[in-house]
Amino acid sequence: MRYIDEFRDPGAARTLIREIEGLLEALAPPRPLQIMEFCGGHTHAIFRYGLHQMLPEAVEWIHGPGCPVCVLPRERIDKAISLALDHGVTLTCFGDVLRVPGTAGSLLEARGRGADVRIVYSPLDSLALAKALPEREVVFFAIGFETTAPATAFTVLQADKESLANFSLLCQHVTTPSAIRALLGDPELRLDGILAPGHVSTVLGSESFRFIADEYHLPVVVSGFEPLDLLQSLWMLLVQIREGRCTLENQYGRVARKAGSLAAKRAIARVFEPAPSASWRGLGEIPASSLRLRGAYAGFDAERRFALNAARHIEDPAPCGEVLKGRMRPGECPFFACRCNPENPLGALMVSSEGACAAWYRYGGRT
Amino acid sequence: MGKCVTLAHGSGGLAMERLIREVFLQTFDDPELARLEDQARLELPPGCPALTTDAFVVDPLFFPGGDIGRLAVCGTVNDLVMGGAYPQSLSCAFILEEGLPIDDLQRIVRSMKVAADEAGVRIVTGDTKVVPKGAGDKMFITTAGVGVIPSGLELGAARICAGDRILVSGPVGDHGAAILDARGDLGLTHSIRSDCRALDGLVHSLLASSSVHAMRDPTRGGLAAVLNEYARASGLCLRIFEDNIPVRETVRGICELLGLDPLYLACEGRLLAVVPEDSAERALTALRFHGDRTDAAIIGEVMAQPVGQVILKTVFGGERILDQPEGEPLPRIC
Repeated sequence: MRYIDEFRDPGAARTLIREIEGLLEALAPPRPLQIMEFCGGHTHAIFRYGLHQMLPEAVEWIHGPGCPVCVLPRERIDKAISLALDHGVTLTCFGDVLRVPGTAGSLLEARGRGADVRIVYSPLDSLALAKALPEREVVFFAIGFETTAPATAFTVLQADKESLANFSLLCQHVTTPSAIRALLGDPELRLDGILAPGHVSTVLGSESFRFIADEYHLPVVVSGFEPLDLLQSLWMLLVQIREGRCTLENQYGRVARKAGSLAAKRAIARVFEPAPSASWRGLGEIPASSLRLRGAYAGFDAERRFALNAARHIEDPAPCGEVLKGRMRPGECPFFACRCNPENPLGALMVSSEGACAAWYRYGGRT
Repeated sequence: MGKCVTLAHGSGGLAMERLIREVFLQTFDDPELARLEDQARLELPPGCPALTTDAFVVDPLFFPGGDIGRLAVCGTVNDLVMGGAYPQSLSCAFILEEGLPIDDLQRIVRSMKVAADEAGVRIVTGDTKVVPKGAGDKMFITTAGVGVIPSGLELGAARICAGDRILVSGPVGDHGAAILDARGDLGLTHSIRSDCRALDGLVHSLLASSSVHAMRDPTRGGLAAVLNEYARASGLCLRIFEDNIPVRETVRGICELLGLDPLYLACEGRLLAVVPEDSAERALTALRFHGDRTDAAIIGEVMAQPVGQVILKTVFGGERILDQPEGEPLPRIC
């Protein structure tokens, strides 16, 4: 398949791995270098293609919190379920949100109890549904980072233009730079480099991750999601480490530009504003890390429309934060694969296939 | 008879009798069925009788490459032939939702007849129930199938040994992708056809030319589900080479778009066979040169360790566990 197979070429991979091995030999680090890939998409690709087993032990991947499904707090799932069951709305959401457990079950289970929950592939599908079902209230469970926020913003603008009265959002858009700051502010973290989000950079621009190099003095490379992208990005990080540089580099230049997408950023800014603070499953409360609807579009806010109360954040019993910060490997967690597994996730990272623990469980960290 | 199925069609009265005669008896055209007794008499050739049962609830009822009726006949026949049986007779029970267009029912029943004739099986007994609107989803079909396994032939997971080779008879994931596509909410072009077909001919030409230890059709859960079932049941390791697994470009495309893995998508006209190493080439030739199938492949081998696991050697050269599926595959967000 064109534009896919080129980025999965095993011959090119062998060449890059040899280069990486050479760099690591020259570096001879006293302990494994800790490289954090922030995105769940990166984590998924590392495990799916078996990259973690192809690389020398001198590199240790730290799987960051960049999976929007994983960091979705349980009380938000409870709210979505309450909207569908108690308020009788038609709730639309992306497929992988369905299995995420709240405090009393998942949306999939709620569907079994009679909730009208439907999978959509784009927020615009929810708009079409609202038009097709004028007698129903349709609420889109808007989750994701800056990658999905523009599509939600355009949908709100369209709904506003059409004065659609039966459509609203349960908004759970969170922002990556603030989460990275919260992580890097932890004095116990000892990362050697970061692979920055590729798709988020497509929207925000690669420059929005320059602060990692400037303020936290870490080498940073914006990376694509195919296995060769990841290997090349790792190689670029190692070159920086060898040369003693801490700069921002962009490996994903074919898609992510310096300034990102102006149209997408404009749509986000028009519809959303930063909320003072947000809860992240596994990381707790992070200031200025989420988006909420601006006053002009507050009519599309489902929490307001259905007068939902603010819910207290409920933290997981599993020590997910320790795994996220690289202080514990998934397999070292006392709950891993016994009380916490993909069928019955106790913690954030076991929830989606992009979560570090779920990927580790599914693709081979278990053995 | 009216345009739609009503509760009267399931009430045991005149309307039901007309439905049975005009739709089922006329189309299936079988003397044993036409007796209209509560049971069918079976005269079976010598060998070990095999019995299977299956239920079909696919939505939509019609999809490129098949429909629920064809799926029901082929699925039941395939469950019989995976044990080496020669399929003989089927029963089918229909649960119809009030309001189902009679034309749709007729089309599906005709398609069952075509599929049964292709596979050389008779539909000899059946049942019809009608449920009120909302109590079902248009139509469900439950079948049973009877076949005969030739004396001395034993296939099953217990016979799998270290050193065996693993084959698939053609590209995987076509049915699952066709159904996702046919549901229409992806806005794609409906270019993927289900592989829905009976495998009786293919299985018997395979068994005639090669020794086989086990066979299964990778339906729900796809290839990954069957491989895991075999790994657990045999207590051996199934090592699979991703590069060798045939997958159509269109199916790969839909999977790339949605973040799905074709190895977890259902097939309805493929088989996975585990054969002794020295029979692998003969088995491959038999699969490749039967009918129009040319893309069968040897996709892996059985090893002693690690016990009960499926290990996938990825296209990229890495290795990972190929785990069993969890529920319905759901598209990933990004």
